[in-house]
Amino acid sequence: MVFTLAEKILGLKTGKECRGGEIVIAPADLVFIQDTTGPLTVRQFDAMGFTKLANPKRSVLFLDHAAPCPQKEFANDHQLMRDFARRTGAFLSDVGEGVCHQLVAESWAGPGDIVVGADSHTVTAGGLGAFASGFGSSDVAVAWALGKTWIRVPESFLINLSGSLTRGVYSKDLILHLIGLLGADGATYKSLEFGGEGVGNLSVPDRLTVSNMAIEAGAKVGLFPSDDLTREYLEDHGRGEQYIPLSADPGAAYERVLDIDLSVLEPVVARPHTVDNVAPIRGLDNTPVEQAFIGTCTGGRLEDLAEVASVLKGKQRHPDTRLLVAPASRQILSDAIQAGYVQTVIEAGGIILPPGCAACLGMHQGVLGDGESCLSTANRNFLGRMGNPNGFIFLGSPASAAAAAITGHITDPRELM
Amino acid sequence: MLKGKVFRFGDGISTDHIIPGRYTHLRSNLPELAKHTLEDADATFASRVRHGDFVVGGKNFGLGSSREHAPLVIKMCGVGAVLAETASRLFFRNAINVGLPILLCDTSGIQDSDELEVDLTGGTVHNRTKGFTVTCSRIPQSMLRILEEGGLVEYIKRHGDFEF
Ligand code: SF4
Repeated sequence: MVFTLAEKILGLKTGKECRGGEIVIAPADLVFIQDTTGPLTVRQFDAMGFTKLANPKRSVLFLDHAAPCPQKEFANDHQLMRDFARRTGAFLSDVGEGVCHQLVAESWAGPGDIVVGADSHTVTAGGLGAFASGFGSSDVAVAWALGKTWIRVPESFLINLSGSLTRGVYSKDLILHLIGLLGADGATYKSLEFGGEGVGNLSVPDRLTVSNMAIEAGAKVGLFPSDDLTREYLEDHGRGEQYIPLSADPGAAYERVLDIDLSVLEPVVARPHTVDNVAPIRGLDNTPVEQAFIGTCTGGRLEDLAEVASVLKGKQRHPDTRLLVAPASRQILSDAIQAGYVQTVIEAGGIILPPGCAACLGMHQGVLGDGESCLSTANRNFLGRMGNPNGFIFLGSPASAAAAAITGHITDPRELM
Repeated sequence: MLKGKVFRFGDGISTDHIIPGRYTHLRSNLPELAKHTLEDADATFASRVRHGDFVVGGKNFGLGSSREHAPLVIKMCGVGAVLAETASRLFFRNAINVGLPILLCDTSGIQDSDELEVDLTGGTVHNRTKGFTVTCSRIPQSMLRILEEGGLVEYIKRHGDFEF
């Protein structure tokens, strides 16, 4: 019998054969909330009359979206969450620790885990081979209380990768390219599974970026196999014991197979206001941008900041373009200081924002003015996403955002390398 | 049987259209948040919608965030049901969980201000203005139970566990 990666993980966890389309009750290995969807989760948990978490040691509350708080309403929600952690024994990740999905990858999720998160980009941990998906507040409250949730076993698409990325082209370009091919609803309810020899040429941080955006094609999960690179990543983060090898079986049934040769990909951007509105960066060279934003759970990892620093080194931002950089976690900030990347950003005229979601969802730290454009390393460019429906968001790789900060307009980063 | 008037939206209505991030601070003040429902798609929606009216979208309704507040504020505005050609996984599941009926059907012939009759159990939508009926895709039985019992919180309060 052969299984897709999604069927295999759900089968291991439920102890029975799982096939696409079935509804199963699955145990939740990690259940987390963040500070915009979390307060409702806490209230729903209380409303159902629960007082105890099924698994406090694997229940986490992240304060990252409004961190530090821009308004008293958030500060009060943070109090509610801190109080909940205190009374239930859940783990609290406080302001300044970083974005939930980065921290889940660094410290919590492992291959074969079922991760239930009150945030759509929970899919990120699929880069480590975890069946990780976003759920609403009520579902997460129930998963906290009962230690399980219901899941419809997804049918799968295989994204068969070959070759390796060339200089100036990144995993962000790969996933934007793929979303352009699939469309914003092209993989709704599906498991996007990455396979082929090209997978071995993508680092775990690359994989996290790709899985992070699986939701932008509507997918339920974006899954990578767990291999030697996964093991090394876990070992580097002191969690080697969480490693298990995992991959789909050869001959598993896929609803669709797409072949992508990494070596022929070019830098791309998603244009406003949909993520699937993808175009080669070359045709957009003359588009001015007033802000370059580097950070988020998609593009704020150490490897991203290394690329950014190499583009910025010895250069100055364009006088009309603000450069905002938010490392995705405290660890990344610390490592980026050690490596000199932070100094490079500051010397180039950039601003370092605290680890967290920062300007990503439009409530603080980089709201756009009317008519302004931003080249962002985030995952969404929906109308109004950065706090102003009269702003325009382009999505691209960290190197592309750094290049735009230097020239003041959208620029192929290879021109500055 | 639900009866009401249509508020017609296009394809790709995201959770940022439904409740923009700039109102995130109102998420623990739902009545205030509900006043901004769908504001970035139709600024006058929340002031014009009447109890029982329908929100009708096209493809991929509710894409984006996991925020359950999105279907919740639509429900709080009095909307009887959301109809769409397709919906994002998260919005669909959250709508059921908050007890907001969501039906997937061919919405192409439905226009703004049309009068509809929606039969939830039969899964049909009758357009009284245009005189036609469309059939909706079936909601899985387990989800239908959750919806019929008023959402996930009520369901779990009653049963204490998933009964499927
Ligand atoms: S960085 Fe942006 S996309 Fe990621 S969790 Fe924060 S708000 Fe969501």
